[in-house]
Amino acid sequence: MSASVAGDAKPKFSGVPWRERAEEALFPPAVALLVALICGDLLILSYGQSPAAVYRLLLEGTWGNAYGFGQVLYKATTLAFTGLAVSFGLRAGLFNIGSESQLAAGGFAAALAGLALPVGTPLVLALPICMIAAGLAGGAVGSVPAYLKTRFGAHEVIVTIMLNFIVLALLNWFIAGHLHVPETLHTPEIHAGALPRLADMFERFHGSAANLALVVAVVVAGAVWFYLFRARGGYELRAVGLQPDAAEYGGIAVGRVWLRALTLSGVIAGIGGINYVLGYKHYYEDGFAGGAGFMGIAVALVGRNHPFGVLVAAFFFATLSQGGLAIHAFVPKQMMDVLQGVVIFAVAVSVPEVRRILRGARKRADA
Amino acid sequence: MNPISFLTQMIRIAIPYLFAASGGVVAERAGIVSLTLEGFMLSGAFAAVLGTNLSGSPWVGVLTGILGGLMFALIHALATIRYRADQIVVGVAINLMAIGITRFLLKLFFDSSSNSPRVAGFGGNINMAGFDNPLLWLGLIVPVAVAYMVYRTPFGLRIRAAGEHPDAAESVGVSVKRVRYVAVAISGMLAGLGGVYLALDQHQFTDQMTAGRGFIALSAVIFGRWDPIRAALACLLFAAAETLQIQLQGSHAIASQFIEMIPYVLTIVALAGVVGRAVPPAALGKAQD
Repeated sequence: MSASVAGDAKPKFSGVPWRERAEEALFPPAVALLVALICGDLLILSYGQSPAAVYRLLLEGTWGNAYGFGQVLYKATTLAFTGLAVSFGLRAGLFNIGSESQLAAGGFAAALAGLALPVGTPLVLALPICMIAAGLAGGAVGSVPAYLKTRFGAHEVIVTIMLNFIVLALLNWFIAGHLHVPETLHTPEIHAGALPRLADMFERFHGSAANLALVVAVVVAGAVWFYLFRARGGYELRAVGLQPDAAEYGGIAVGRVWLRALTLSGVIAGIGGINYVLGYKHYYEDGFAGGAGFMGIAVALVGRNHPFGVLVAAFFFATLSQGGLAIHAFVPKQMMDVLQGVVIFAVAVSVPEVRRILRGARKRADA
Repeated sequence: MNPISFLTQMIRIAIPYLFAASGGVVAERAGIVSLTLEGFMLSGAFAAVLGTNLSGSPWVGVLTGILGGLMFALIHALATIRYRADQIVVGVAINLMAIGITRFLLKLFFDSSSNSPRVAGFGGNINMAGFDNPLLWLGLIVPVAVAYMVYRTPFGLRIRAAGEHPDAAESVGVSVKRVRYVAVAISGMLAGLGGVYLALDQHQFTDQMTAGRGFIALSAVIFGRWDPIRAALACLLFAAAETLQIQLQGSHAIASQFIEMIPYVLTIVALAGVVGRAVPPAALGKAQD
């Protein structure tokens, strides 16, 4: 089920050698990138443009200037949170497709908290409060599939998909029916908790939305890494992800680990809501998640479920998304929607295939 | 509320669900997860509009629409069956690709990022309330035909075996992979037809026009416990809720958002087993060697 790095790897001595692990981790994204580039070429050619010129434009519009780079960082921030959320679940062998609604619920709760706080609350107080609110909301949404899985064995994939629709409809009802500023679908501006932007520190980034939430994302990635690879709970979580039956036999309460993994996954996605709400618009707007939760699946996959890989993958997908805007005058930005799908698809296909080929090659080398 | 207009509207709303859910039953009974119905429907809808627009005949559109769904289904089948890729990940990718490719082609062929020009369709006699559309009748027949195929034909037996006991099926000489290929192809064509109905009924393609209908169809499959007839009844139930919402509009009796939730809530309730547990096919989502 899960596409985790180790999968069915059989440790030889104490574990899979470092080089083999690196190869199995890095080849699939490389293959996916190549496939995406080829598909991109075809799409660009079908539109009667030169791929080289369009790719150059893409790079200039994203990494080539401070504004574009700032926008990439902004988009990468949300994707990092949802990617971390999905990968956290996958490490436990669980597929959280609900990060879209968890992200939205988190943003909504952060906005409510920011509205409830008095004007002038210092950020050192307001940020943690808003983050806790966002995390609680995301975690609450995440705990539903967790509970249903543990208690009734309901498949988390279906439950999280269905829950996306339910939670988004509920939020829409709150906003459209109760909390919106007239003529809009967003809440009033928050009173406290607005995050400083990168542009406040570096004038060159003027106009871009990159903000302090980026730092929060990196810190959360570090925390996830520590939890997964240095803490007892994370060890249990990974053990359950690799072999639930063996973990159970080894004395780990699998149900409790599932509960914890999916809930925390929701918490991480929920905190991601601060990037838009506290960092960019300063209000919650209906539909702000805009697919970032689903892209989190791609980010987790390309990042090979490693927290730092996820950060890199988030940056990559943010570049694609921002790049679409940069090339729109020549090729429709919809091209990037296609490429995002192609990348996920290619990684999904190449993971088992690359492993098979590498194993086969090694066997021949050993023989 | 006029019961006749309620019934006819309910059936019109249910048709895309009936097509897609019937397809979903076939694929899931064979062991392949049907998160992809949404993408199959969307590509079918676009291909139908493109074919109708280029040829001027909605019948050509039906054909191209079926092919559109089939094409994505074969990509899905290739990845999950031949390459043993994770069915859920590939499903998500298929849906994203369907959105992306239809958007790109919409721009390429019709130079629009929102909708296609108006195309021909079926029927249209105001007194017939949509019942002069042959696709509507086809949609009503399909669940029965699928039920017959699944339960009464040798191929249906193979489908069920592939989804429940693939190893046992292999041991008596059934190629599980081949059965699954065909099952996914059927689900793609049927879901594609759901998209065809939707697009030709509205006489155009609009960006993301399926709007989650594929997932409602998937809900119906699960709520109907992977049985074609029960899934069809679930489709009708969900369509009835939607019709109620439309006909109650303006009265503010219940907020529309809560009626939208009904299929999803019922599905979760069914999975949690509050009233008789919904148990999926044993080998659902597992690749076969």
